[in-house]
Amino acid sequence: MMNRETQKKIEEQCFRWLMRLAVLVILAVIVLVLTVVVLKGGRAMSWQMITRVPQGGFYLGGEGGILNAIIGSLYVAGGAVLLAILIGLPLVLGMHVSWTRNTRLVTFLRFLLDTLWGIPSIVYGAFGFALMTFFQWRASLLAAIVTVALLIVPIISRGLDEVLRGVPEGLLEAAHALGATKTEIAYRVFFRQALPGFITAVLLAFGRAIGDTASVLFTAGYTDNLPHALSDPAATLPLAIFFQLSSPIASVQERAYAATLILTGLIVLISLITRISSRRLKENIL
Amino acid sequence: MGKWISVTRKWTDSLSQSWMIFCLSVLLLLPLVIGLGLIVRSMPVLKAYSLSALLFSSAWSPMEGAFGFWPFIIGSLYVTLLSVVISAPVSLLAAIYLTQYASGKWMRGVYLVIDVLAGIPSVVYGVWGVIVLVPLCGDFLAPLFHIHSSGYCLLAGALVLAVMCIPYMLNMLIEVLRAIPVELKEASLALGATYWDTIKKVLLRRGASGIIASLGLGVSKALGETIAVLMVVGNVAQIPRHVFDSAYPLPALIANNFGEMMSVPLYDGALMLAALILFVIIICFNGLANLLIVKAHRE
Repeated sequence: MMNRETQKKIEEQCFRWLMRLAVLVILAVIVLVLTVVVLKGGRAMSWQMITRVPQGGFYLGGEGGILNAIIGSLYVAGGAVLLAILIGLPLVLGMHVSWTRNTRLVTFLRFLLDTLWGIPSIVYGAFGFALMTFFQWRASLLAAIVTVALLIVPIISRGLDEVLRGVPEGLLEAAHALGATKTEIAYRVFFRQALPGFITAVLLAFGRAIGDTASVLFTAGYTDNLPHALSDPAATLPLAIFFQLSSPIASVQERAYAATLILTGLIVLISLITRISSRRLKENIL
Repeated sequence: MGKWISVTRKWTDSLSQSWMIFCLSVLLLLPLVIGLGLIVRSMPVLKAYSLSALLFSSAWSPMEGAFGFWPFIIGSLYVTLLSVVISAPVSLLAAIYLTQYASGKWMRGVYLVIDVLAGIPSVVYGVWGVIVLVPLCGDFLAPLFHIHSSGYCLLAGALVLAVMCIPYMLNMLIEVLRAIPVELKEASLALGATYWDTIKKVLLRRGASGIIASLGLGVSKALGETIAVLMVVGNVAQIPRHVFDSAYPLPALIANNFGEMMSVPLYDGALMLAALILFVIIICFNGLANLLIVKAHRE
């Protein structure tokens, strides 16, 4: 009997150590990733990288920077987020205000959004390319924005949906009793309740949009110039990293590391803003 | 005046309600349109060869019109399985520790880490893999087994994928374990079970469907991940013999060849078919996993 007890204790101790080890491994990995990115990127970093577009011979190690990719990324991610809000926000408000009685539809929509969330960006990229050839667009800012928007609609919608699920049930009835129309309830009452969660979801989607490579690989095109219209091709940061790293020239590869540092910095900044803003904005909420 | 206001209110309302319906139909049609678009685009190659010949042939040379997807399917399968074998136990152990043993302070700290890890784009992991994992595999691990390897191999791909999947799975697993009512645990402890027994026989059994679903979603994320894997896995169209051999998963195939596909007949159809295969597999997989989650919530 005693023997079994000690056996159990030893088993628990072993697993405890294994579990601690697992947590430590995860922490070590993030430290390792960030250290490598900062050290390698820091060495190749310069003001030129973020203030100038590529000059002649840039891809052979010449002068210039990747301002084109930074601006392109911001345009693509910004445009995609706007487009995704235009589709996702009314959809989710509808789920909570207009179609509440149709629980089957709401459950199915939630399921559909979760499933769409899991579709890999390369599939969206291929579909975006098919769409592009169908409408006879060139690879352009517009094509990239549409493709990335499809990718992030589920992220924005589900994030907002989770927040709105926490809104007290009586709120809808109270607003109806006051004689508000469904639209007024949706945008003036529910949207205001969900504002902090909405901003978190938007920032999350923005981060995903700015970092995704596979979806813009065939749709954005790549150019050394700044895009001036929706029909212009655009460079993005992940593409700049990807293309420069595959160069055989060492100094060009170095610049891919610098671009990686810029992208990682942007992402970490966004996630910090998300944390701070979600804490600040929660103050005036039921 | 009052009447005018009520008319504009009605108009705005019906306008916005129709926009909601429009958004609803966009979302409902999206999966169908994606599937249909990919089918239409891959029709040329499907007409020229039978589906089984495409899926199970190993001959891949687009210039001569040979489109065998078998090496890519196997490559995807191997790299995904290997990565899950690494990431699943680590995530599960960490999730149990964080929800059952760790203090609230630790939890918050680790949440921050998960947040940062999950937010880092895959191309950054790819760069990290090229700098760290490729030399690790090629110069250090492979020589231990007396194998010559460039380092761009199955193992490097699986390791990058594992690192990327851990925050994703860990997040879901923590949610699953937290959703289990504390009373259940208390009842088990009151009956005299040890803490570890309670975890094994109550927590893990109760959360089984949620845990399986989380791991399933991890698998499908690994299956579809493109850029990071593409950068470290070697991209040779062959069936890998060991973990230090190069592989060529489906997403990498699509991403790598899009540039040149328009100049070779049937090539674009074949790549669209690759995307279609991925789409179908992942939709099925995710659908199943999400159904499991819905089921788990109902319990």
